[in-house]
Amino acid sequence: MNKKNEKILVPLVAIFIGILVGCIMLLLSGKSISALFVGLIKGLVGFDFYKPQLGINLRYPGEFLVSAMPILLTGLAIGFAYRCGMFNIGAEGQVIMGSLASCMLAILVPMPFSAVFCLIAGAIFGALWAFIPGFLKCKFNISEVVTGIMLNYTAMYGANYFLRNLPGSNPQRTVDIPQNAKLQTEFLANISQNSRLHWGFIVVIIALIVYWFIIEKTSFGYSLRATGFNKEGARYAGIKVDRSIIYSIMISGALAGLAGAIIVQGTFGYGRIMVAQDNYGFDGIAVALVGASNAIGILFSGMLFALLKVSQPILQINGIPKEIGEIISSSIVFFVALQYAIKIVLAKFTKKDSGGAK
Amino acid sequence: MEYAIEMLNIYKDFPGIRANDDVTIRVKKGEIHALLGENGAGKSTLMSILFGLYQPTSGIIKVNEKEVKIDNPNIANDLGIGMVHQHFKLVDCFSVTENIILGREDLTKLKTVDLKKSSIKIKELSERYGLSVDPNSKIQDITVGMQQRVEILKMLYRNADILIFDEPTAVLTPQEIIELMDIMRELCKEGKTILLITHKLKEIKSVADRCTVLRRGKVIKTVDVKTTSEKEMAELMVGREVDFNVEKPEAKVGEVVLEVKDLTVKSLRGTTAVNNLSLNVSKGEILGIAGIDGNGQSELIYAITGLMKSTSGNIFVNGVDITKFDVRKRYESGLGHVPEDRHKHGLVLDFKLKENFIIHGYNTESFSKNGILKFQEIDKYAKRLIEEFDVRSGEGLETITRSMSGGNQQKAIIAREIDRSPDLLIVVQPTRGLDVGAIEYIHKRIVEERNKGKAVLLVSFELDEILGLSDRIAVIYNGEITGVLDADKTNEKELGLLMAGSKIEGVTNE
Repeated sequence: MNKKNEKILVPLVAIFIGILVGCIMLLLSGKSISALFVGLIKGLVGFDFYKPQLGINLRYPGEFLVSAMPILLTGLAIGFAYRCGMFNIGAEGQVIMGSLASCMLAILVPMPFSAVFCLIAGAIFGALWAFIPGFLKCKFNISEVVTGIMLNYTAMYGANYFLRNLPGSNPQRTVDIPQNAKLQTEFLANISQNSRLHWGFIVVIIALIVYWFIIEKTSFGYSLRATGFNKEGARYAGIKVDRSIIYSIMISGALAGLAGAIIVQGTFGYGRIMVAQDNYGFDGIAVALVGASNAIGILFSGMLFALLKVSQPILQINGIPKEIGEIISSSIVFFVALQYAIKIVLAKFTKKDSGGAK
Repeated sequence: MEYAIEMLNIYKDFPGIRANDDVTIRVKKGEIHALLGENGAGKSTLMSILFGLYQPTSGIIKVNEKEVKIDNPNIANDLGIGMVHQHFKLVDCFSVTENIILGREDLTKLKTVDLKKSSIKIKELSERYGLSVDPNSKIQDITVGMQQRVEILKMLYRNADILIFDEPTAVLTPQEIIELMDIMRELCKEGKTILLITHKLKEIKSVADRCTVLRRGKVIKTVDVKTTSEKEMAELMVGREVDFNVEKPEAKVGEVVLEVKDLTVKSLRGTTAVNNLSLNVSKGEILGIAGIDGNGQSELIYAITGLMKSTSGNIFVNGVDITKFDVRKRYESGLGHVPEDRHKHGLVLDFKLKENFIIHGYNTESFSKNGILKFQEIDKYAKRLIEEFDVRSGEGLETITRSMSGGNQQKAIIAREIDRSPDLLIVVQPTRGLDVGAIEYIHKRIVEERNKGKAVLLVSFELDEILGLSDRIAVIYNGEITGVLDADKTNEKELGLLMAGSKIEGVTNE
């Protein structure tokens, strides 16, 4: 089988099996399978087959995009580091630091074009937070996974402390950030029947293009990929491997920081004091894995995971336990991780085909 | 005469290719039977069929005169067939004993693994066949030669009577090769049958009784080794006349290009690998470094190319002190490096072939502008190299390098390094694991560089290669140069003595 086809086919098969598993669970628990798909379609485009008379409600696609944005960004973050051979499990912490920076700048320093500066602050803080595991990895060969996980907690409790002490904060949240720091506008709310849709999608689109461009088209991306595939080979060739690693994890951190910033400036409009992590970083791992760490793959897998997440309340209304969504997404990850098994099965099928052709 | 193995009229078809075409091979009990052929001649396919990894399209297999059907390796094992693979299948952090018993563990009464009993058994086996393996040492601590003996022991432990060796000497030092040959003879004396897959004629000549030559999937001839010369066998294998001697005009030696002065390098383990070493290479000559693996060659080369730091001493290229330069800057100062390990260093295997060609120059003006890769230029360049150096692959410049044959991977590296036209070309083990055709070609290209007036530093563990190519030979032992000789005034014997450092002659250096 052709390698390129295989790369696309394997995740598709995994997704198919994942949904199949979800359907089997529904069958076993005596629920309707059609309700699952009706729910997913409603979550995606806002059309409810059970109530066709209502037509399309744009609020649903709006909310779908809102939940897809941070997941796409963290997917890109994980994917970028992975292309250079790093497993940035600290993306969660970088999201939190991005949120913190954007929120503090917005509340403490009123200024024109605040939205843009706050986004930049989020990206920078995410990058700096990611610098720590990157630096420790290069300098002392400490696993970025261990430092990353620990820094996730440091970020959460640290950010909570600062947010709580901002003027006007209560134990759950900060005050609303100024209007000109928000990404939500009345225009977007109007066209999407008052969803929380915000301009963050432009950030995501730019991030996707930049990601693709850096990895595929630039000499910098080339050196990152060389390092990711074969560190020793890159060193032999004269590529400064340590530098590649630190740059790649910092760019990864910047993407995660952007995710944090748009959550504050777009989704909520204020800073949240968290009791537990949001898991955007971990969703990103699944997205990057299923999307094979390339831009287009991440775009589709990110949307899929966002859809499964955002449809959960709709599913519940349709009489389907919301856990089904989670079962499907985790099954997909499971089967992508099992890709060797899938490859073997696929190879058997294609072999049979060629045998039949003779 | 009784036959241990008979493979009769074996056909094996893969989509688009017939790998084995009416192959018949009969191996007598107690003999060493060599299977000779170039890469891609069908040797491995045939052995995989015998070992149960593939099913033949048609044909009969008999083991000890009985027809058998070998569906999987376990059946092969039960029939007493064992295989030493070219790449060892050992767990590095396990002991010798643990590796050998893996899958066939003896249990104590408490159902735990009885290591003690097994290790005694292994010790006995090892002594009986003169393998001198310590069952308690860890794989990562023993030499490659010893690791191979562990593989042999693994087969013996499983009571194999028919042993298949797949290119067993590709990873061994000259000394280890001699020892392996002794072991093989010993095994035969004890009644084992050996099938030796190789393309090294010398080994066949020294150890095998009969030899079956394969070419393009067909049996060309089975010959008696004693009465057939190396040259005849080579011609049977390649299908044309083979010239082992490289044509070399008189050296026109110019000024010094590489000067290494009092260089000391510590190995990763902290021992002194290169000790106060000095040497120089001039324009228009090939300096060969002869020595047994592990005497500081790798560290010397790593220090020159910048992959390892030196503790003292200096390295000059064209009079410039490059000791403190980083890797990239050294290349820019005129270095080219064909590394010892083409998978670890030479290539990024998951890259396309064309991407591997630009690995040094990807951010130079030729291949990128303002940080953006010039794909047209890269394609053009790759096409030229592929054509000029005859690099063959399935999908041309778009081929994923991993899927290419070893010979063509090496050709790709040689193409890349030679095309950059470095003043000093460092070539380490350039023909390891390659077939005769590829070796001939690569040797020719190296000598061409010398004729063009470039300096060439050649490191090889194969004395034939050193003697055939070098103008001068420096022998390295224990991190020191023990002698520099003119290539045409010395011989294998003299070099062998210097390489062994008379004190430890005949003992493996562990």
